[in-house]
Amino acid sequence: MVPVNYYIILSAILFTIGAVGVLIRRNPLVIFMSVELMLNAANLAMVAFSSVYKSFSGQIFVFFVIAVAAAEVAVGLALIVEIFKTKHNINVDEMNSLKG
Amino acid sequence: MLLSEQTYSGFLFLAPWLVFAPVVGLLVNIIFGGRLSEKAIGWLASAASGASFVVSVLLAMTVAGNHGEVLRWRLAEWMSVGSLTIDWTFRVDSLSTTMMLVVSGVGTLIHIYAIGYMHEDVRFKNDVGRFRRFFVFLNLFIAMMMILVSGDSYMMLFVGWEGVGLCSFLLIGFWYEMDTLARPSWANSNAAKKAFITNRVGDFGFLIAGFLMFWYLGSFQFDSVFEAAKAAPPGIIVAITLFMLVGVAGKSAQIPLYVWLPDAMAGPTPVSALIHAATMVTAGVYLITRSAPLYTLVPQAQYIVAMTGAVTALFAATIAVGQYDIKKVLAYSTISQLGFMVAAVGMGAFVAGMFHLVTHAFFKALLFLSAGSVILGLERGHHHLAHHEHKKESDDSRRRRSRETLRQAQDSASDSKDHHEEVFDPGDMRNMGGLRKTMPVTFWLYIIGTLALAGIFPFAGFWSKDEILADAFTEGFGAVYWLLTIAAFFTAFYMGRQIWMVFFGEARHEAAAHAEESKPIITVPLMVLALLSVVGGALNLPGLHTLTEWLEHTIEVHAGEFVMSVALISTGLALLAIFISWLLYGRNPLKAGQPDPLKKPLGFIFTGMENKWFVDEAYWAVFVDRYVDISRFLADVIDWRFWHDWFHDKVIAGTYNWLSNIALNDYADQRGIDAFANALGKWTQSLSAAMRKVQNGFVRSYALSVLLGVVLILGYLLLK
Repeated sequence: MVPVNYYIILSAILFTIGAVGVLIRRNPLVIFMSVELMLNAANLAMVAFSSVYKSFSGQIFVFFVIAVAAAEVAVGLALIVEIFKTKHNINVDEMNSLKG
Repeated sequence: MLLSEQTYSGFLFLAPWLVFAPVVGLLVNIIFGGRLSEKAIGWLASAASGASFVVSVLLAMTVAGNHGEVLRWRLAEWMSVGSLTIDWTFRVDSLSTTMMLVVSGVGTLIHIYAIGYMHEDVRFKNDVGRFRRFFVFLNLFIAMMMILVSGDSYMMLFVGWEGVGLCSFLLIGFWYEMDTLARPSWANSNAAKKAFITNRVGDFGFLIAGFLMFWYLGSFQFDSVFEAAKAAPPGIIVAITLFMLVGVAGKSAQIPLYVWLPDAMAGPTPVSALIHAATMVTAGVYLITRSAPLYTLVPQAQYIVAMTGAVTALFAATIAVGQYDIKKVLAYSTISQLGFMVAAVGMGAFVAGMFHLVTHAFFKALLFLSAGSVILGLERGHHHLAHHEHKKESDDSRRRRSRETLRQAQDSASDSKDHHEEVFDPGDMRNMGGLRKTMPVTFWLYIIGTLALAGIFPFAGFWSKDEILADAFTEGFGAVYWLLTIAAFFTAFYMGRQIWMVFFGEARHEAAAHAEESKPIITVPLMVLALLSVVGGALNLPGLHTLTEWLEHTIEVHAGEFVMSVALISTGLALLAIFISWLLYGRNPLKAGQPDPLKKPLGFIFTGMENKWFVDEAYWAVFVDRYVDISRFLADVIDWRFWHDWFHDKVIAGTYNWLSNIALNDYADQRGIDAFANALGKWTQSLSAAMRKVQNGFVRSYALSVLLGVVLILGYLLLK
């Protein structure tokens, strides 16, 4: 059986790749994918602990995360489509109208 | 039980009504007097005073029934401060009841007299409000006098003492806006102020005596004070008694504070009789008699008191010789007779002093009220004349005209000679003469009063004055005896002079020729007083000593002896004085405009007598002018230039301006507080400008911040 540490390390690597992706990529679609990556890194950690502790709560939590992620993507993609319709561009570096 | 208590204390429970009866009278007059007629107001006040007299009689009977034992009726606690408790207690003993009887008895007669007198006063002019005010004041006076004589402590006595002083002030200045001749002037109010202020000087002495008493003897209650005084150092007692003498000199018009009494004649004549002859001015004599146990401890102080009285007696008698105003003569005579009383109580002859106080109250009230009757008679004569001359003019228009004249005089204080109407002084003896024919009743009453005052056997004054003289003679007060004997000679002389000038000879003024006799409401009280002046001597006849036995329950007394030689000398001198006065004034009656026959032989001495030995002028120069100088100095230099110009304007205002302008405005405010606030604002501005750059709107930079925050928090939690 593969030790749980390996899962955790993999989960940490995936999470770091996702986080760095969110920070450095300019395409919102890629940023979304990086966010998914971070969510799934967390899912992986929870599933791993669920198998270690012989408990289903981790797996149930993962189903919720997947459902919420799907809903999030749906809302997020709709937003991106709306932004593109108004600005004809989806480069995040050009979207700074929130600044004070 | 209640019954037995009552039979023991007799009518003692009525004691507060001595004060309450006149107070009720004055309250009724204040509240309902506006709706009452003149007569009702006057009789109500007289009844209130009469009720006080009835209570006095009942109390005297109670004292007699208890063999002279001192009775007390505690009405209320006045104040309690630390160890000092002062009660309003009525002290009913033989001495206080004697005073109560005199005050309320003579007072009631004078109330009745005043009903008639005030109505006829030329200044009355049907002003019922004024009339009511007069009787309210009179009742207040009776109440205050009763508090004075019934007090059981020096403090209660002092309350009455000040109260009668107030009434004296109010009544001297009763016609405050005019002088005695009804001309617009402040003369009467000035006389009132003079009396009040002079009495303040005396009261200051009384107060000092009171403070010393409390400090060294620990009480104000009579008996405790006398008990404590026995163990006290004599120096303290001397100080207390002498300061008390200052108070007596003020109230009883002794040298050096007598000057207010002659001016007090500005008040209506009933007031002069009641307050300034019969009762209030004798309060000082009562005070010394009440304090007899203190005075007998210190013979030095007694000697000073006796000499003060004797010198006053002679000094005032000499002034009376040179006066022309009928009331002024009597005023100086009052001062002189008060000197007799003070001398008597000073010598320790307390009974003689009280005896003279009582008889003097009778005959001096009689003389003053008769003088008032004479003045009214002359006014009637004058009125009759004026009426006769201006027959066509109605009374109303004449009154209106005289009021207009008054207003003119008020407007332009021009000399009254310009006015057609002459100023007629009905009190000036030079305007009188021959009144025995026109005013026979008043004449005989006046004769009785004069004989009593001059000390002619068997009138009241003979017995009381002779007891004083005999006491002075037998107790070894030689100087006092001679001073008083000479004063008695002058007394008989000035009274003889007055009688000859007023009632004999021919009228020196048309008004005197047409004088009319007074009504019974005025003459009947006088007859009662005249009767008392005749038989008053029976109070303490030699050999019987009724008054002595009565008073010995309260104060230590010794029965005065009757010394035949003293009586013969004084009576002889009195008869001689009357004879001399007949030679000068009776044999060749004064003609109108003729100078006083004494003027030539006596020269400047008579000028001195005429001008009261210039004492007023001297007081004016020594005290009043200096006082004005000091006040002016204080006002101009100290108050205005020092305090206002320098201290206030320069020091306080200047410092304040400097502080607020330079120190506070420039340094503290502008450079301190303002600078701090401005710097804070600028700093906040630049800080926020720097912070604004962080908020660039890029989602990624925000995400980085979140990440960094998470890393920091996690790092902290892990590495903790």
